[in-house]
Amino acid sequence: MRAFTQHTGIVAPMDRSNVDTDMIIPKQFLKSIKRTGFGPNLFDELRYLDEGKPDQDASQRPLNPDFVLNQERYRTASVLLARSNFGCGSSREHAPWALDDFGFRVIIAPSFADIFYNNCFKNGLLPIVLAENIVDQLFQEVEAEDGYQLTVDLLAQTVTTPSGAVFSFEVDGFRRHCLLNGLDDIGVTLEDADRIRAYEEQRRQTAPWLFNTLS
Amino acid sequence: MAGKTLYDKLWDDHLVTQRDDGSALIYIDRHLLHEVTSPQAFEGLRLANRKPWRLDANLATPDHNVPTTDRDKGIDGIEDPVSRIQVETLGENCEEFGILEFELMDQRQGIVHVIGPEQGAILPGMTVVCGDSHTSTHGAFGILAHGIGTSEVEHVLATQCLVQKKMKNMLVRINGNPGPGVTAKDLVLAVIGEIGTAGGSGYAIEFGGDAIRGLSMEGRMTVCNMAIEAGARVGMVAVDDTTIDYVKGRPFAPTAAQWEQAVAYWRTLHSDADAVFDKVVDIDATAIKPQVTWGTSPEMVAGVDGLVPDPADESDPIKREGIERALKYMGLTANMPITDIKLDRVFIGSCTNSRIEDLREAAAVVKGRKVAATVKQAMVVPGSGLVKAQAESEGLDKIFVEAGLEWRDPGCSMCLAMNADKLGQGEHCASTSNRNFEGRQGFGGRTHLVSPAMAAAAAVTGHFVDVRELTH
Repeated sequence: MRAFTQHTGIVAPMDRSNVDTDMIIPKQFLKSIKRTGFGPNLFDELRYLDEGKPDQDASQRPLNPDFVLNQERYRTASVLLARSNFGCGSSREHAPWALDDFGFRVIIAPSFADIFYNNCFKNGLLPIVLAENIVDQLFQEVEAEDGYQLTVDLLAQTVTTPSGAVFSFEVDGFRRHCLLNGLDDIGVTLEDADRIRAYEEQRRQTAPWLFNTLS
Repeated sequence: MAGKTLYDKLWDDHLVTQRDDGSALIYIDRHLLHEVTSPQAFEGLRLANRKPWRLDANLATPDHNVPTTDRDKGIDGIEDPVSRIQVETLGENCEEFGILEFELMDQRQGIVHVIGPEQGAILPGMTVVCGDSHTSTHGAFGILAHGIGTSEVEHVLATQCLVQKKMKNMLVRINGNPGPGVTAKDLVLAVIGEIGTAGGSGYAIEFGGDAIRGLSMEGRMTVCNMAIEAGARVGMVAVDDTTIDYVKGRPFAPTAAQWEQAVAYWRTLHSDADAVFDKVVDIDATAIKPQVTWGTSPEMVAGVDGLVPDPADESDPIKREGIERALKYMGLTANMPITDIKLDRVFIGSCTNSRIEDLREAAAVVKGRKVAATVKQAMVVPGSGLVKAQAESEGLDKIFVEAGLEWRDPGCSMCLAMNADKLGQGEHCASTSNRNFEGRQGFGGRTHLVSPAMAAAAAVTGHFVDVRELTH
């Protein structure tokens, strides 16, 4: 996995709450058996005026001029500023894959849906929870200033604004460690292989029916 | 020391190791797989040259992409080549790695959350995961079950474990008994309306109270299925006789001495009387009416006798904007009666409501009636080949067909429109599925979530109607 330590980038504001993963990447694009290539279809139904289909040439499709990522100043955004309960709904990891493929590295919101939040960390994408009033303030600042950038430091657990204001954020220790070091967490878990086998052995004694063969 | 909640017990029984940083390694007993969220995980195993940790823990079936007509054509019946590749890839991966798959032509094939319990592959006290958020369904059996992403699918395949942090405990107590015509679906929609679509974030919800105890396993699965729509990855119900009676005799259920041993353990799977929950929500079942969603989030729900809300009455600007956006998308006006909403299509099916009891409820309403002329299509999609066979043995298929509903083959169907079944732009659908998000059932489609009985009532009248007016 790609490591994440520090990132500075253009911020795009996504000003609606309960953005669901169907909205982030609609179902017709889930038919791919790859992990990449979802970027052109990120927020497909909001971003384009026509109905999106797999294998279209996105450059030929009519854009919705009102959608935030179609505005010139946000086209190269890598930090997404969002509202509460971002990423709710389906567990599809295609949602963080699409955000990543578009170029996002950080998502800031007052709250995230649990499964989406977890999926981000598996893909080198950092979801940051900041208090609602701070998020409100950032929305105002982004909209007021062309080229508005934020700097995110995972080691220090801070978000810094262009005017030098610094906001701290919390992140779970294990996730931070894996992200900072770009660790493959399957490899980390397999370091505990003996413990897993010991658990299985004990469980076979107390609950043998859990180990019956399916056939 | 306070007693343990059901969630505490399930957590403790699956704890492999607790790490210093607060995370824990949790053992997974059953892993369900389908074609959409698994191909990249199998590819990951191959790239890292890893083997599945325990083949027997896995069970796979294709469901999201499968057509619900012409099943006798098998995989050739999948017209969309991209969908076909995904289903074929699941078959190839299961064969390569040695995982049991109920293939398209197998009568045991169906929606992954229907077939697991049906086969007894899902047993009380297990941990169950699947790359699908509606895995919460299985919590109905006193199980710790939740959806995971594809990276975690790979992680479970490779290690039989997940790295987890313990969630908080919430008890949703639905007190009293709901009136006739008010079903499990109405209970859970009312809960979501009450606590909101993020109300359960960070919690494992245990559903309790008289109304839950009075539900069949099918009803409890419907309730737990939609815990995720209240933001909770996990929904659970304590084990009782209803649970044990359901499991007994299923193909993969334990037998003889193992059965006795298992039942003794399963009987302990309830929250202790002195257990402490981080949050308790009390809901009065007797006040719940048949529910209908009017918006684009499951929390946007009202009783069938209610009105579409007026954004002007909402003081929170973000919520107000949300309501305005939803009304625009749904093509509804503020303050219109829910019963004035007209339907273009009706969908009875999905992992929420495609089990035998759901089909019986719907059939009881349409029996001797006809689908309204203004409804373009009404379809019934059983959750598995075995549900289909059971329904046919009871003559339900004939009741549906005589009433003008289509009787389909098992799959996820119109719940998420990854297959041929979808809504056209602007069409209103009475749907027994779980999500009314924008575009969920088709580009520009408008979904109203309801119970099977309410969907059936809408099919024969062409608009929403209190099903109790038709049946009582």
